[in-house]
Amino acid sequence: MREELLRIIEKNSRMNLKELAVILGVEEIDIVNELAALENEGIICGYHTMINWEMTSIEKVNALIEVRITPQRGQGFDNIAERIYKYSEVHSVYLISGGYDLLVSLEGKTLKQVSNFVSDKLSTLDGVLSTATHFVLKKYKEHGTILTKKYEDERELITP
Amino acid sequence: MRNPLAEQVVDIKPSGIRKFFDIVSEMKDAISLGVGEPDFDTPWHIRDEGIYSLEKGHTKYTSNAGLRTLREEVGNYLYRTQGVRYHADKEVLITVGGSEAIDIGMRALINPGVGEEVLIPQPSYVSYEPCAILAGAKPVIINLKAENEFRLTAEELLEAVTEKTKLLILPFPNNPTGAIMEREDLEAIAKIAIEKDIIVMSDEIYGELTYKGKHVSIAGLPGMKERTILINGFSKTYAMTGWRMGYACGPENIIEQMTKIHQFAIMCAPTTGQYAGIEALRNGEEDIIEMRTAYNQRRRYLMHAFREMGLACFEPFGAFYVFPCIKEFGMTSEEFASRFLEEEKVAAVPGTAFGESGEGFLRISYAYSLEKLKVAMERLSRFITRLREEQKK
Repeated sequence: MREELLRIIEKNSRMNLKELAVILGVEEIDIVNELAALENEGIICGYHTMINWEMTSIEKVNALIEVRITPQRGQGFDNIAERIYKYSEVHSVYLISGGYDLLVSLEGKTLKQVSNFVSDKLSTLDGVLSTATHFVLKKYKEHGTILTKKYEDERELITP
Repeated sequence: MRNPLAEQVVDIKPSGIRKFFDIVSEMKDAISLGVGEPDFDTPWHIRDEGIYSLEKGHTKYTSNAGLRTLREEVGNYLYRTQGVRYHADKEVLITVGGSEAIDIGMRALINPGVGEEVLIPQPSYVSYEPCAILAGAKPVIINLKAENEFRLTAEELLEAVTEKTKLLILPFPNNPTGAIMEREDLEAIAKIAIEKDIIVMSDEIYGELTYKGKHVSIAGLPGMKERTILINGFSKTYAMTGWRMGYACGPENIIEQMTKIHQFAIMCAPTTGQYAGIEALRNGEEDIIEMRTAYNQRRRYLMHAFREMGLACFEPFGAFYVFPCIKEFGMTSEEFASRFLEEEKVAAVPGTAFGESGEGFLRISYAYSLEKLKVAMERLSRFITRLREEQKK
């Protein structure tokens, strides 16, 4: 049940306990216990809402930044990753195999704010060798959800 | 001008669904629970193979029986899932949907006009009876019962068998009831088929959509492969209804004659779909699991909703239909469906569209998102509450 439960709430965390119990064919108390366990174990890390900010009047700028760094003895990349992820502007930080080391995704209010963050804060950190900033122009799909197109049911209303 | 039409064709009743469909199609804002096809799109990697085959210029006929690789993959699949071996060269035929296989299977078996009987358990899919008639057989209906969870029992079968019985249609998992036949149910049927020398046409198009154990094919039971035409396809399993891809497997002598009809009537199944089908059989297992899991959640949701409404419904373990009983409201299935549509703008198919024994039942499809089903169940609940109040007066 654990995996199926996770798959359901990964798509829709607002489904209530009763509904979850019904569609998984278990008791409500089992869901309560399982969710508590998943939260305790740190498997469920939050219940965020996915928002397509582009549809609102609120301006946001997203950027992906490739960061090359010098790993530190005994610490590897972790120390510098921590320095970076502590900034509230930073959405996510991944250690990447290949041509660079960290992929940092950033959200700011304006282009200028993002640029300033990169030039003043990120690239001046000890150990950061270089950065390459890519601004997001359009989001097509996020968290497995297609943002640009509404699903339309093409089926006939009645078929045998 | 003389009447140009063949009596036999004119006499076939149009599908019960059609009549109802005409009413539904005029109600643009109705929500539907009436669809007999998956709501999922064909998984992208399967579509991609179809597209790629077009890019590479695979736009010609294939051999009549279908691409050899596809026939091999069908054989592998049936060996993997049912433990029954079909030889790709002689015992597998790729058809235009399962529907074509039903049609040409009957035509390959029936000597027209001499009263050979085809046993058709109902409620069931709409095309068995017309296909039997067009093949020149005498259709004999077996009315399945709610108290048996709409399974075919040995007693019911024995009662219907005569000297003239040639073929038994075995439509499980069933559209419209959602009923399945488990191994012991099938063993009882197989015993009679062997004793009475009856051929079985097993339509297993919903086989992968089984929610209680794994689907069992009658073809895998001892002594049955040589007297079974196993029909399956890609439509429901891989959400590929529009591709029109199915197949029939059976003993060499039957498949040979079916291939002959197929060759003259159809030539071959669509080439693009055949390439996509290879990909589906090779790499589609995860898609099946994902879709089956989603259907099963919806199935549980609907059963729960019926229990809360106090609506009688046996628990179906197959396909993507539930078949609640509406007899308590004292109206026919068609009256119920029409009023439900008119008053609540929800389209569900009257059970009678699938045979007289569907009277008193409604087919509700759960090939819809949970969100849609929720809205529909709220309306159904409101509707039957109103009906019950009317009855009290």
